[in-house]
Amino acid sequence: MACTVGPEPLGDGGGSERPKWDNKLQYLLSCIGFAVGLGNIWRFPYLCQTYGGGAFLIPYLIALVFEGIPLFYVELAIGQRLRRGSIGVWTAISPYLGGVGLGCVTVSFLVSLYYNTVLTWVLWYFLNSFQSPLPWSSCPLDVNRTGFEAECQASSTVSYFWYRQTLNITADISDSGSIQGRLLACLAASWAVVYLCVIRGIESTGKAIYFTALFPYLVLTIFLIRGLTLPGAVEGLIYLFTPDVQILQNPRVWLDAATQIFFSLSLAFGGHIAFASYNPPRNNCEKDAVTIALVNSMTSLYASIAVFSVLGFKAANDHGRCLDRNILHLINAFDFPDQSISRDDYAAVLTHLNASQPERVARLHLEACHLEDFLDKSASGTGLAFIIFTEAILHMPGAPGWAVLFFGMLFTLGLSSMFGNMESIITPLLDMGLTHRSIPKEVLTGLACLLCFLSAICFTLQSGNYWLEVFDNYAAPLNLIIFAFLEVIGVAYVYGLQRFSDDIVCMTGRRPSLYWRVTWKVVSPLLLLTIFVAYIAVLVWTPLSYRAWNTQYARFPSRQGAAGDGFTGTPAESSRKMLCSMALTVCRVSRTLNCLLGGQSSGCVVFPQKNPQNLTSPSYWKVALAGCHHLGS
Amino acid sequence: MRQNNSITQERARRSKAEADAENAFKVRLSIRTALGDKAYVWDTNEEYLFKAMVAFSMRKVPNRETTEISHVLLCNVTQRVSFWFVVTDPSKNHTLPAVEIESAIRMNRNRINNAFFLNDQSLEFLKIPTTLAPPTDPSVPIWIIIFGVIFCIVIVAVVLLILSGIRERRRKSKEPSEADDTEDKCENTITIENGIPCDPLDTKGGHINDAFMTEDERLTPL
Repeated sequence: MACTVGPEPLGDGGGSERPKWDNKLQYLLSCIGFAVGLGNIWRFPYLCQTYGGGAFLIPYLIALVFEGIPLFYVELAIGQRLRRGSIGVWTAISPYLGGVGLGCVTVSFLVSLYYNTVLTWVLWYFLNSFQSPLPWSSCPLDVNRTGFEAECQASSTVSYFWYRQTLNITADISDSGSIQGRLLACLAASWAVVYLCVIRGIESTGKAIYFTALFPYLVLTIFLIRGLTLPGAVEGLIYLFTPDVQILQNPRVWLDAATQIFFSLSLAFGGHIAFASYNPPRNNCEKDAVTIALVNSMTSLYASIAVFSVLGFKAANDHGRCLDRNILHLINAFDFPDQSISRDDYAAVLTHLNASQPERVARLHLEACHLEDFLDKSASGTGLAFIIFTEAILHMPGAPGWAVLFFGMLFTLGLSSMFGNMESIITPLLDMGLTHRSIPKEVLTGLACLLCFLSAICFTLQSGNYWLEVFDNYAAPLNLIIFAFLEVIGVAYVYGLQRFSDDIVCMTGRRPSLYWRVTWKVVSPLLLLTIFVAYIAVLVWTPLSYRAWNTQYARFPSRQGAAGDGFTGTPAESSRKMLCSMALTVCRVSRTLNCLLGGQSSGCVVFPQKNPQNLTSPSYWKVALAGCHHLGS
Repeated sequence: MRQNNSITQERARRSKAEADAENAFKVRLSIRTALGDKAYVWDTNEEYLFKAMVAFSMRKVPNRETTEISHVLLCNVTQRVSFWFVVTDPSKNHTLPAVEIESAIRMNRNRINNAFFLNDQSLEFLKIPTTLAPPTDPSVPIWIIIFGVIFCIVIVAVVLLILSGIRERRRKSKEPSEADDTEDKCENTITIENGIPCDPLDTKGGHINDAFMTEDERLTPL
């Protein structure tokens, strides 16, 4: 009967019965916290701004409806039905899909490495926010104490603080430099915080999530209210949200919308599967999926309003200071009385002077001050948080308080996503029963966190930021798309849509409607395939490069596009890893065939078995993996 | 005498005009920027005060103790407010070298600024660089203090959680053995009446005695 609880967890999941959520709210908050991450704050507003403001919402919503929500529902339903982590789930569906589960765990491991490094930087800024004036408000003096540091003068105080006093970055990715002690200390602290929260699995994350998932919303609201009252905010909002529908003709917009919804919901990590596996068997996961996906998108919108209002304020501020600099040049050159030209009079005075004494005005080399130019200056990722926003905060009254709030919000946002990442690693390992029953769960989580911490030390090198950008751009996205494609194909075709629909009737009480069936069978796989092909095409056509902070660069402080020898192999590595997980499956197939045809007595495990539970036994895995180690997975 | 004075002044002015490029300094004041509503008007009295301050600075230089206010000459006062000045030496009939004036002004910059309620940015001597204030570094950077606090709290919390986990596990492993003991005790105290063991009162949970209940009577009727 489809309504039985499902295969028993053979590998001891830390007790005789599976842990469960204390209440539904914990589960919802955990999924929301996992989905809502740093990308909602610093990627979505950037995309909105670059791709025509409000017009970007059209491809975004289409992608949400046809790709995001169906895939999300699949993950929740399959986790809740089969009640295992990602490895167990995919192996149970079909042994040929076992590689997908392994791949998900590996990707989660890699992503958690560099995600927590970003949290390390956030923690560093947070710790430095408890002083007035803020350390990134002024340049340090040079050696002779006669002026400011040259690098700081050439770029800006915030850039200097980020690139030099935080990262101490080298000019080239191949130049690794030394490990930065302060970053190492912050890395240890942030992994300690993560360990503290995931120490007992969902028992402990369930308690921590109340704070880490709700605090960001509180801070966003505070920033929204403060931002809207700042001068220049409303102009910024209007300019940035004004739709430019022409831009929808650019296919890149659709690609970016689809990838954004995909990564924003944290699909194909296995984290949602892990969270759903702790649910009671009868739980309306359809409502959960739609709710969580909508909350995630609403949060993105809400955050972008807050971000745009602060950016509008910053642009107005920069524009005003640009005008002031020009006015000072004019006053000093033409000996007008002090403060005689206001910002409003500037344009009129300039035209008058240009008419009467153009050569003198030309010699002054005045900057062109247009508000739109300042509003167009955008950045995503770490540039938005650590350079643009920190500079905007400097000009707000009570700057240290706002900095503390902002970086505290970023830290809790990232932390709740880290819970999902760690659960997607720990839950499959626990389900596989790799450790003896007597070893407590705390030890396993501790070992996992320790391993991640030691591996992430490479990001505290001076070139760590370059490696992180490489990982972020090339290592994770391609693999995730492939895994999501295999997931939806696996459920729709291998597991069977009929069987899946029966399971859903059992769990939610309703048969999935035509919309779900069509998207699972046709629309989502097609969309994912298109995204994959487009991604590969973009990778092939754009030259591989990273942007270096090189003080010797002729156009410093612009970042120099460089392609280092050290990483041209990374897309090859990423595809190699992908192939590895699929090769694992191929290997097992071939060994089976070998056994059937040749007949080696030892190490021969024939599948498919009549009793599928053997497929999840550790001994089977050890044998299968032993034969495949030469593939280098 | 008066003629002599005026001739001296005239010569001084001419020589100042020649020496303008080397030994003269341009000064620029931004009074309204610095003081806003409390800004004062720049008039000849303020110029007199300025000359006095420059003379005062020069008098602090060894060998120049005899500098008088009249030795300081201002010219080209604009509305900005900006002007040029030189310090002359009438006995030798030349202007003092720029290096001396620069070092004198730098030594007394603070006094000069305070006399006019201005600062280094609003009272600019264009060729004289300002001495920047040394950075005030606290002995222990603030971030280390807060880092220490957070790290200690986290470590203490982790240790507490691990200890409580160990205690819970020990308690769980003791409980089944204790429950077994009580069960044994219960069975040992089975009363025997007439050689037939009686079931002790089953306190573990209501058991329906099937012998006395039929199927229909399991649920009491309304």
